[in-house]
Parts: sequence; C-alpha cells; structure tokens
Amino acid sequence: MNSAESIEASAREQRGFELKTLGRWAREGGPLIALLLLIIIGQILNPNFLRWDNVTNVLTRSAFVGIISVGATFVIVTGQIDLSVGAMAAFIAGLMIIVINRLAEFGLGQELAIVAGMVIGLVVGLISGLANGILSTIGKIDSFIVTLGTMGIFRSLVTFLANGGTLTLDSRVRETYRPVFYDSWLYVPIPVWVLAAVVAVGWVALTKTRFGRYCRAVGSNAEVSHYSAIRVNRIRVVAFIVQGFCVALATLLYVPRLGSASSSTGVLWELEAITAVVVGGTALRGGSGRVWGSIVGALILTLIGNILNLTSLISVYLNGAVQGIIILGAALLQRTSRTR
Amino acid sequence: MLAEEQSSSPAVVPPDPVSPKVPVLAGKEITKAFGPVKVLENVTLDAFGGEIHAIVGENGAGKSTLMKIFAGLLDPTSGEVRFRGEAVEAGNLRRMEQLGVRFIHQELNLAEDLRVVENLFLGEEPRRGLFLDEGRMRAKGKEVLRRVGADVDLDARVSALRISEKQLVEIAKAISQQATVLILDEPTAVLTQREADRLFEIIESFAAEGVSILYISHRLEEVKRLATRISILRDGRLVATRRATELAPSEIVRLMVGRSLQDYFPPKKSASNNQVVLEVRHLSVPGYVNDASFELKKGEILGFAGLVGAGRTELFEGLMGLRKTSSGTISRDGQPTRYTDYRQAVAQLRAVYLPEDRKGKGLVVSFDAPTNYSLLGLDRFGSWFVDHRKERNSFRKAVEQFKIKISDYSMPVARLSGGNQQKVVLAKILTIDPEIIIFDEPTRGIDVGTKAQIYQWIGRIAEEGRSCVVISSELLEIIGICHRVIVMRSSRIVANLEGDSINEDLIMLYATGVNPAKPYLSS
Repeated sequence: MNSAESIEASAREQRGFELKTLGRWAREGGPLIALLLLIIIGQILNPNFLRWDNVTNVLTRSAFVGIISVGATFVIVTGQIDLSVGAMAAFIAGLMIIVINRLAEFGLGQELAIVAGMVIGLVVGLISGLANGILSTIGKIDSFIVTLGTMGIFRSLVTFLANGGTLTLDSRVRETYRPVFYDSWLYVPIPVWVLAAVVAVGWVALTKTRFGRYCRAVGSNAEVSHYSAIRVNRIRVVAFIVQGFCVALATLLYVPRLGSASSSTGVLWELEAITAVVVGGTALRGGSGRVWGSIVGALILTLIGNILNLTSLISVYLNGAVQGIIILGAALLQRTSRTR
Repeated sequence: MLAEEQSSSPAVVPPDPVSPKVPVLAGKEITKAFGPVKVLENVTLDAFGGEIHAIVGENGAGKSTLMKIFAGLLDPTSGEVRFRGEAVEAGNLRRMEQLGVRFIHQELNLAEDLRVVENLFLGEEPRRGLFLDEGRMRAKGKEVLRRVGADVDLDARVSALRISEKQLVEIAKAISQQATVLILDEPTAVLTQREADRLFEIIESFAAEGVSILYISHRLEEVKRLATRISILRDGRLVATRRATELAPSEIVRLMVGRSLQDYFPPKKSASNNQVVLEVRHLSVPGYVNDASFELKKGEILGFAGLVGAGRTELFEGLMGLRKTSSGTISRDGQPTRYTDYRQAVAQLRAVYLPEDRKGKGLVVSFDAPTNYSLLGLDRFGSWFVDHRKERNSFRKAVEQFKIKISDYSMPVARLSGGNQQKVVLAKILTIDPEIIIFDEPTRGIDVGTKAQIYQWIGRIAEEGRSCVVISSELLEIIGICHRVIVMRSSRIVANLEGDSINEDLIMLYATGVNPAKPYLSS
C-alpha cells in the first residue's frame, strides 16, 4: 500500500523505457558496435584488411596497451588514475635490458639471464605499483598528483640509465628473446595469448570475486565501503599493484620487439590506456567498469591507426585527431545515457 | 482493505476562519499519474496567508509530489494550481518563483564549496555593471541571516557549517527574494530539539508576517505544536484537513496508517539478565569525547540521548575503530580487546555500527539491493569468488523477513523509498550475525509505518539476547523503546537513567544543562 513511491519510480521507468533501452544499448554495446563499424569500414577500404596476418598484426599491436588497460581498469574503477604507466614501462624496459646484458656478460646462460630479467621486471612493476598506491592512500595525495610525480621520476630514471641515449639489448641475447614476441602458438602470436589470458583473469577478478566487488564499492562510495568494514586503502593499493604487474607484463613482451629502451619508450601509453578504458565504457569517476570494454577500446585505437595506414583516404598524421574524435564520441554517449 | 477506511474518512472542513480571504495558493482536484500509476488522486488543498498548514502522511503518500506540483517542479496530470484565486501555468518553476513560492528541499541544495554570501544570492546575484555588487550582497545577506536568526559568518564556507546552520542559510536564501509561500519538506529531520525550537519560532514569525507556510513532517508532536491546520494524505488521497486543535496525535497516526499508537512501540521487557557484554572505561576521542565509561548488558536496549554535537556518534565510531581514540579500554565479556580498524572491531566485539547517514555511509546508492546487502559480510558469500546464487537467495529471505518493498532486484537502491532503504541496511548488518548492534538515528526520515516495524524489530532482536545501542535525537523513540538511557552533553556522559527516570524532562535537563521551558511532548 505504501509502496507508491517505488511504483512511482517504476512508472517513471516505464515511460522512459524506449529511450532508456536505446541509451543502455548505446552504452552497453556502444564500443562493440564501434569496433564492428571500424572492421566493416576497414574491409571496404582495403580487401586485405581481414586477412589473417593483418588481424594478428592488429591484435599483437594492441597487446601492450591492451594489457596495460586491464590494469588501468582496476585503478579507474576504484576511483583513481595512474599516469605513470608509460614511463614505468620505459623504466622497467631499461632496467631489464641492463640486467640481462650484465648477466649474459658475466657468463650466465642467455635463457637464464632473460628469465632473471623478466623476474626483476615483474618485481619492479609490483613495487612501483605499491609505491604509487602507498603514496596516494597512506600519503593522502591525490593519485593524479602522485602518478604525475612518479611519471617524471621514471621517465628521468630511464634517461639517466641510458645516459641520454638508447639502451640496447645484446644482439645474441635478443635472438634468444625474440620468439617471446614474434613466435606463434596454434597460429596465434604469443602476445595475443598473453593478452587473452590477462583479459580473462581481469574479467573474472572484476566481476566474480570479492576483490572486484570491493573495487567497485570503493570507487562508488569510499565512505560507505569504510562503514561496511572494507579496508578501503588496501583495495586501492592492490589496484595499483595490479596495474604495476600489467605494465611489467606488457614490458616483458615489448623488450624483444625493439630490443632497446630510451627516453621516448612508452611515451603517451598512459593516455592510450586511459582512453581505451574510457572508450570501453568505464566511468572515469569510478565505481563501475568492465575489462572487456577496455580491450575493445584498445582494439579500436589500434584499428584506427591500422586503417589509416592501409588506406590513403585520411593522412596518417591525423591518427591522433581521429582517436580524439572517438574519445569525445564515447564520452558523449556515456553522458547522454546517464542523464535520463 | 482500502475501501472501508476511505468510507469512514472525515469530510474536509471549510477554509480556515482565521483569514477568510482567498487562499494564496490552492490545488484543485489535482491528480498526478506516472504511467498507469496514480500517485495523487483528486487532491484539493489550499494555503492561506499567515497560516501554517502541515501536510502529513506516510512515505509515498504523495506529500512531496503535491509540494513539487505547488512549487512548479512537476505538472499535474489533471487539476489546476491557483495563486490568489487565479489559475497559473502548472509546472513552471520560474513563474512560481516569481510569485514568491519557495521550496526548501529535504536534501539541502547548497553549493558546499561556496561561501555563505555566495550561496544566498546564487543565480540572483546583484550586479554593478559587469561585476558583482559585493557590498549590496553583504548588506542584504546580513539582513536575511538576522531575520532567520542565523549566527553564521557571511564568509564561512557552507561545508564548514553545522547542518542546522545550513538549513537556516537555505531558508535565508529562500526569503532573500520576496516570499509569499514557504514550503518546507521535513526541515527538522536533522535538527536537535533546541535547534528545531528555534526554527519553529522563525517559521511562526514568518506566518505572523502573512507568509503562508506549507509544512511537511513525520514528527507528529511538532506538527501538533506548530500547525494551524493539518492535512493528512494516504495513498495519494486526501484523508482529512482539520484544524490542529481538533486532532490528537494518536488520531493523526490512526488516519495516516490505520493503526493506533499502542502498537507503535514494542512492549518493554526488561533485559533478561545482568550479564555485562561490553564494558567501556575512560574512552576519549580527541575533540569529541572526554573520558566516557559505560557498560552494556546482554539483551539490553541502551539509549544514547543528547544534542547533535554532544559526541554520541563519535563515541561509538571511536569504540568501533572508525575513528582515532586517545585513551580507554574496551572489554568484551570481561576480556580486554585490541584492534586498530573497523574490520577488526567487528570481529572482536562481534558488534556492528549502523551509521546515521544512510545515503552517505550506509548504502552505495548506485548499486542494486543484493549487492548492498552482502557488502558488509561478503566473506560469508564466498572466500575468493562471490556466490551470486547464495547472495540472491539470502537477500530474498531478507526481503520476506523485513517486508522490503522491491519490485526489481537489479535497480539501484537510490530508487527505493527511505523506509525500504533503511530495511536493506538493517538486513545488511544482520548478515554478519552481530551480538551487539549500534543504531545511530535508525528511523531518520522514515515514515510512521516503517518506524513502527523497526521498533518492533529492535525489540525482537533484544529479546533474542542481542544487545542494542540506540543513538537518537527523537525523544519519543528513546523513551519508547529503551531499557536504560545514557545522556551526553558537550563530550561527556552526564546521566544514566533507568525506569521512571526515563522521561523527557529529565533527559532534556541533562542534555541541555538547563530546565526546558516548555516540554511539548507530554500530552
């Protein structure tokens, strides 16, 4: 009897039904539709577009930003931001190259040297994430500022390590390391497998586990989470550690690709990762997000570049402009679907 | 079930004889439907200059919808709104504002980061050429603040004000422009009695100046004290409009919910035994609580009375590890405890704290109800992975147990009524099976019907042997359900009342430190 209020709400809901379902469709499926459109456009413009080697090429190129964007999804869902990922990747790459070169030099087996370098890369990634997390929670500094600071530190450290130039992986070691990026398993390149695994694990973690639930709760309302006996700071720190791990993982795949690291390595990756997350439909204010969306976002970004490369319709130099328009379009869609 | 109540509903009395002129604002046969659902049906209600017209009714009875129609925020499906006898275009907020109809929202609409003076004139800033006329704003601001009796600094940030001060600023803002009708939606929900008393004086002074007041409230005693006329809404219909002197509080409740006050509070059974489950010694929370010592017995309902700011909330936040404490020992069943955060406190004390701010601390309003329900005890729904089926089934049981009105589990809890939201919070804290429950203002902003349910439920919980602490600013509720009452004043515990000493005079005496001039609860 006294449920008039909730009836009122459901009635309102009914009235706006058509509009809302449209809005929900646009928000839920928007990134997928955009991806599909891009694929169709690509195929029309260039018949080679959907050939297996181009498809795997696009996927492989998406792997770096894709893997990083999975970590970024967690950071953003908890209501934070990490601007340091690109610089962090460069720093980890530089450190790995130095370590691998030295170890190989001292007569350690090449494989062993590479594995040791990988382990150190991962550990440094985890520690970097931990540092970002601790500074922004216990240090009570906004994550935007913290990671702006650590971005500068990482970037300058890699420049320092490279002495202003480029760190290069020893050519023989590189031959051994090369397959990690260039080889395929079951016709699918290794980086794509790694990307798929990261996405699967990230998706399960965000949607099915307590940790994922806590991430969303903390990002939606930290106060309520606090009063629900959730250790808010711990969740935030772990989100940053996840991000650090993802960056390290992407770097492990990146090092054999170019075999070098310099101050220009990973420049603007943070923006690409954040863009992928936002284009994928995760709210920048935190509280809700989806891992698959971030990957679709990453694919969209790569595809735009790929299509511009394969066709001569729009100058490749306008790649950034097209990406920018896509970001604005995604934001516009999110905005209209929020305001009922 | 409705029909028999409806047939016995009393007739509407003719307009107030105090001012037998044309009503300032009137709604004629207003019906408002959302889709197929009628939220208001054929409601005719008027407001005269100089009268305080109280609108009462359960949540969802249509009070707020009616007021929104009056304020021009909504347009009615049929019927018309008249201003001084002439029909006005409905649903035109600008027009109603020009006519001087001011709506003070339940959730205050102030820009928290702006200064008081900026808020007072937000959107209506006096200008001199291109620039704001700061001088005029200050002079006029000072005057309107004085009129509402607000002792606040024009340059203070709104976020730094107490909630009662914010409310006065909101009212000052409303009257900074010409006001003919002032609509107040539950203005005292967040005030202590003394602050409320002051607000009443201000409202009465406006009425004396000829402003027409429409006053929505859940609190019968204040309606009884303040109103010249009372209109009662139930399920979208007007049940009665009568002069306040003709209606006893019990009669109002009966008309609103169709039940009597005897059923309102659970029968007070004293605590079953004297076993002390919680002993607090010399607990201090810097800036809020000074050397508090008390104990809680098994199956007891212990009330904490006092003015807002007396340190009650902070005492229990400190106790539960939600706030830093500077000294004190806490023993559970005679064993000393040690913890540094809320999670540990919950585990060691087997206790839970129900925060007063439902939307700010109790519920993630954008989440659906099952997700909110399981948030506190999520480890009971799986260690790593969340068992969605278990979560849903458990919530379904809670819906039945608490009679939560919810049509669609997947909609955000923001869309539930206040009463139903509170039931979700109550269900949420029970998921961890606590032995001690601390309720902080458990019935704030909730309708009479749901209040009664919550009181019964607290009574039952205590009978099961759980111990309850009830922090409340509503004396009626403290007196109605508590076995024992502790009164706090200015960061200290000043009284421990039992049995017949639990009465409003004594509580107010200790809470304020002065003899109350006119207790209005007794009737």
